[in-house]
Amino acid sequence: MIQTTALSKSYGSKTVLTINELHIPKGQSFGLVGNNGAGKTTYFSLLLDLIKPTTGQITNNGIIVSESEDWKPFTSAFIDESFLIGYLTPEEYFYFIGELRNQNKADVDALVAQFADFFHGEILNQKKYLRDLSKGNQKKVGIVAALIGNPEVIILDEPFANLDPTTQIRLKGIIKDLAEKQGVTVLVSSHDLLHVTDVCERIVVLEKGEVIKDLATNEATLKELEVHFSGETLV
Amino acid sequence: MTLKQFLNLEWKQYFRSSYWQKSIAINILLVFFALYFIVMFLFLGIALYPGLKEAFPDQDPLNIVNSYMFYYILIDLVLRFFFQKLPVMSVKPLLTLPVKRSRVVHYVLRKSVFSFFNFLPLFAFVPFSIMLLVNGYPTGSVLAWFFLTILMSLTINFLNFIIESFSSETELSFLPIIVIAGGLYALDFFNIVSISGLVAEAYASIFNNPIFLLVPLALLIGVYLLNHRLLKSKLYLDSSLKSKVETVNASAMEWTKRFGDIAPFLQLDLKLIWRNKRTKSSVWMLVLGLLYGLFFYPQEQMSSPPFYAFVGIFVTGIFLINFGQFIPAWDSGYYKMLMSQNIKYEQYLKSKFTLMAMSVILLFVLSIPYVYFGWEILVAHFAAAIYNIGVNTHVILIGGSYNRKKIDLNQRAAFNYQGTGAVQWLIGIPLMLLPLAIFAGVYYLANFEFACATLAAFGIIGIVLHPKLMTYITQRYTNSKYKMIDAFSQDT
Repeated sequence: MIQTTALSKSYGSKTVLTINELHIPKGQSFGLVGNNGAGKTTYFSLLLDLIKPTTGQITNNGIIVSESEDWKPFTSAFIDESFLIGYLTPEEYFYFIGELRNQNKADVDALVAQFADFFHGEILNQKKYLRDLSKGNQKKVGIVAALIGNPEVIILDEPFANLDPTTQIRLKGIIKDLAEKQGVTVLVSSHDLLHVTDVCERIVVLEKGEVIKDLATNEATLKELEVHFSGETLV
Repeated sequence: MTLKQFLNLEWKQYFRSSYWQKSIAINILLVFFALYFIVMFLFLGIALYPGLKEAFPDQDPLNIVNSYMFYYILIDLVLRFFFQKLPVMSVKPLLTLPVKRSRVVHYVLRKSVFSFFNFLPLFAFVPFSIMLLVNGYPTGSVLAWFFLTILMSLTINFLNFIIESFSSETELSFLPIIVIAGGLYALDFFNIVSISGLVAEAYASIFNNPIFLLVPLALLIGVYLLNHRLLKSKLYLDSSLKSKVETVNASAMEWTKRFGDIAPFLQLDLKLIWRNKRTKSSVWMLVLGLLYGLFFYPQEQMSSPPFYAFVGIFVTGIFLINFGQFIPAWDSGYYKMLMSQNIKYEQYLKSKFTLMAMSVILLFVLSIPYVYFGWEILVAHFAAAIYNIGVNTHVILIGGSYNRKKIDLNQRAAFNYQGTGAVQWLIGIPLMLLPLAIFAGVYYLANFEFACATLAAFGIIGIVLHPKLMTYITQRYTNSKYKMIDAFSQDT
């Protein structure tokens, strides 16, 4: 589904990301972990064509993302709060995204209704603008909006941060379900090793912009990651 | 925290923002304007005394100047309100640091003293005072008079911020200043209270008795302290937060559906305008702009055809200029999202174009009553409206592709008047001067009808070329996509 080839991103003489080869097959739940500055968000930004690669390319379902925009209809993302439109209500925001993805109001309503428990009654019909919601609730809106329009690729940057424990557990359920039952390719980044190992079947560790571990998740993965990261901090 | 540290922060904020690097042209324009005004004031200061002496040989020039001081103060106040903004400073990071709030406010206020508006009058008053000395006025008195003008300048400076801080809380932000200035002027004009006479007397008595200088000094200190108290009370994160949770006014806006695929963006733009204070103020500006013609047309000497075209461009294009120049910065807060969504850039831009074109048509219709001042005005306005739709909309969209300055609609910090000042009008000047030049040129070479036809012809060419122009504009935006995303994700 997503093929990264000879990709690098530099600012001036400083290279922040180099990935020679990385293939993410369709329907995989893919986790990206790494310390601050490891290049997680850079990679996602490149994947969404928000920044320009210095060399190489990413293809999404055979489409080179920096050259064509045809990947947009089947790809959706929530990177940070800057994806939200503060002066809309959550409903209006969902409808707006829905319209951009050719979904009518009924489609959007049906999808959003599935997340009633995820929203915990704090989001829909509150007659509040998004800018007046708490950070956590804003995040929930952004994540659900990324699910509108049956995307085949979903990119979530740090989806677990800022969420309360109940919601974190529900979100894990949602992500697992997407990948396992609906064949959606889900890309998640996180600092929380426990969550990522719970959710993702494959975990890639980035360090200083390079892939240093590529693991298929099993019982030992969490331990391995913890050892890896604690070792890093001791050096 | 010392003054040096404050200045250091400011300096970095200013020069490290990507705005600075991109807007050298605007800075040059501002410098040009500043120089122009300096020269004008200097000339005024030098020529005023001999000029008045020659025109009114039997009166004391100083008395004449004093008798106009009231109007000077009034104009100064109004101009400052529209053009001078309290220096912006991001105070939020400072609030939790061991810096006294009071100190932050002192700093901001003191910084405002170094505004160009406070220096400009000196260019007139210094040479004028020297002329007074040369002509044998007593040195002590002249100095007292000169200090008085400085004190008044500073008092107006701080008074303006008090008015602004009240205005920023109302929707009709320019109402207080108009009420205050208009009220004072009316009192004087209808001779209810001769304020201009009182002001003249006050100036004269200080000239004669420099000790009275203490009165304006006390006034200045009073205004400063009041300002300090007002701003300090606003320097809490929640002071602007608590009343802020507005209830939603939702409407489906079904009528936009007839615009087809641009409907979602059109709806978004309308909500953008109506739900954010900054954009809303540009709607109120429409009212002000619409009445602009009343300023010109009733006066015989102002009522010549080139003015018709100018007023026409302004009246029908006020929204276009006001809203258009911040495309796409209005959407800067969620620009990343838009760029990763399944949208066509062209639709996005077309929605903006449609909105601006509709505003021009609407404003033209609303300006029809000006026909009362003569049918030529209607014709000129019509030509101007076509020009606005055909040329200015496209020009402003092209200009937008150079836009690198984020507008934070959610910004709640005190001291933030970004995007509301009238400095933005500077950018509108070429949009108004070019058609004026075209119109006036043809008018003087040929006649009024030809001038209107030429203006309209430019507009029609623009409308005919619209699809081609949009493709070109879209290309420009696509080319600067990465740069815009980068600039809009910066904080300042």
